[in-house]
Amino acid sequence: MSAVEKHVSALTERSALPAPAGAAPLVRATDLAKTFDVSAPWLNRVLERQPRQLLRAVDGVSFDIARGETLALVGESGCGKSTVARLLVGLYEATRGGFEFDGQDAHAAFKTPQGRQLRRRIQMIFQDPYASLNPRWIVEDIIAEPLREHAIETDPQALHARVDDLLRSVGMSPQDRVKYPHQFSGGQRQRISIARALATQPEFLVCDEPTSALDVSVQAQVLNIMKDLQRQQGLTYLFISHNLAVVRHVSDQVGVMYLGRLVELAPKHTLFDSPRHPYTRMLLDAIPKMHDTGQARTPVSGEVPNPLNPPAGCAFNPRCPHANDRCRNERPVLQSIGGVRVACHAVEEGRI
Amino acid sequence: MSLLEVKNLVVEFPSRRGTLRALDDISFSIAPGEILGVVGESGAGKSLTGASIIGLLEPPGRVASGQILLHGQRIDNLPYEEMRKVRGRKIGAIFQDPLTSLNPLYSVGRQLIETITTHLPLNQAQARKRAIDLLKDTGIPAAEQRIDHFPHQFSGGMRQRVVIALALAAEPQLIVADEPTTALDVSIQAQIITLLKSICKDRGAAVMLITHDMGVIAETCDRVAVMYAGRIAEVGPVHEVINHPAHPYTAGLMACIPDMSVDRERLHQIDGAMPRLNAIPTGCAYNPRCERVFDRCREERPDLIDAGATRAACWLHAAQPAQGVAA
Repeated sequence: MSAVEKHVSALTERSALPAPAGAAPLVRATDLAKTFDVSAPWLNRVLERQPRQLLRAVDGVSFDIARGETLALVGESGCGKSTVARLLVGLYEATRGGFEFDGQDAHAAFKTPQGRQLRRRIQMIFQDPYASLNPRWIVEDIIAEPLREHAIETDPQALHARVDDLLRSVGMSPQDRVKYPHQFSGGQRQRISIARALATQPEFLVCDEPTSALDVSVQAQVLNIMKDLQRQQGLTYLFISHNLAVVRHVSDQVGVMYLGRLVELAPKHTLFDSPRHPYTRMLLDAIPKMHDTGQARTPVSGEVPNPLNPPAGCAFNPRCPHANDRCRNERPVLQSIGGVRVACHAVEEGRI
Repeated sequence: MSLLEVKNLVVEFPSRRGTLRALDDISFSIAPGEILGVVGESGAGKSLTGASIIGLLEPPGRVASGQILLHGQRIDNLPYEEMRKVRGRKIGAIFQDPLTSLNPLYSVGRQLIETITTHLPLNQAQARKRAIDLLKDTGIPAAEQRIDHFPHQFSGGMRQRVVIALALAAEPQLIVADEPTTALDVSIQAQIITLLKSICKDRGAAVMLITHDMGVIAETCDRVAVMYAGRIAEVGPVHEVINHPAHPYTAGLMACIPDMSVDRERLHQIDGAMPRLNAIPTGCAYNPRCERVFDRCREERPDLIDAGATRAACWLHAAQPAQGVAA
């Protein structure tokens, strides 16, 4: 690994170093929301008198990420974590709320010519390395594309050297430059994706399930590289995953999402040692315990409700063992209780 | 007597550049009512082992040598029609993706009834009653109404329950479950695993559970076989394999998994990748990645040897008395 680290530090010298601690957070999302219109076509709505149908994929999510830190978002499929990722890189426009990056309103900036500068600083790593790399491009073109696009490096020689550096920084050989994606294994492809994301020397990386498609031994390689790069270049990550063990390994803060909202947001150790929200507890209980074999997990009954027709009150109430009338009628808001942010009436009232 | 016995199974894929050996000399057995886990990385041959047992190898893949015995009778050389009767009746199968293993054009009831009437001497009305009972047993609420629904009307977890009901339809003694929970969320995964365990216990069915998730193996299985590059690297009781792995690969695999109870800056990683089928090294297939490799590993291929409580294909256990390998 030492060779990798050497090359990474070579890269770092050229990139801007993080600002001193105590500054404003690098990323701040305020009441971020995204609603999709999933109504039937106009004619059907008129003839069959169907109402418009709105899917609130993300419904008011707020968080801060300090420079050089990692916020992990966890939750089951359909809870809106990937939508948050896409909102933060500007692939979706927010329906409500805003997202500040380094003190400026990012969604407004994305629309202006200066937005290109901003996009350089925010990059994304996708889940499936088989789908996110163009199969007809060689690795050099894949990694050099952002450099050409943003006119960061125009001299062919320098471009060459830069691609080599990037490949080395993710533990690959410069000779891999001329190969096509299909010649690599899943883990190597994911490293190519990381190298491409790093090409513009971003400060903030949005990683949407970067290791879910990988085997555990390869997952360990990729996670190690991501942590090395973070330490050496002061990167800030938003890390999305449904694997709580991975989240515990990489994150500083953890946000738990359920049906488009944050239900708990806490520092890693607080969340894993003393989870407050019943949903967080349920997720933690559902992790298979490796070393007490044969021990059955306590399965939770029920499933995530249909997001088109979410239950009234707290969205988790049909599955929650502590639900009462208030939970069924009044939606809890995320508030600070005992040092963590949690959206639960039962915790607020001290019932659990 | 064991329910299923696999003896020296070799599966080959003829290709233009020579024959690829995807499974190389695999032997194991499953006792009645036992849950055997098969674990390994992608391409290790886990699913292929399952497919050989249920007779669903995709051509040009073929069983080149070895035997598969169910109740002492060979099933690897049965003609297609004979094998069709074994599959479903004696061996049930559950696959990874519950959406693709159900026909989207037929209601789940029709698919269940078809399976039941194919294998059991029941008429339509009896079969429908049995189908409803099966759906109830697998925990589907309002089974009487749900039986006429189509697969797209079910959620992922519910669909997997339907697939389990289908696999159980003709009371098979063996169920081959290939990554049954991989496509599901953790909370649903726990429900399905609990269901699979309790249903097999109640009916005395044996299960071959194929997965890459050590956590699922740990809480479900009696014994586990770890596969690497088409061979079994280690096999033994599940708590022994997990807590005292004898093969360096098993030890490395266990150490790669992020641990919930300790903080580590870096995870243990096994450098390199599993070899491709056309470039399997001589000697032990794991030798280029192994931390404890020595001369014999590069020359001679190890077979499964007794290594304390488990059996491991590793020369470390050949001469000296068995001891656990530290990660």
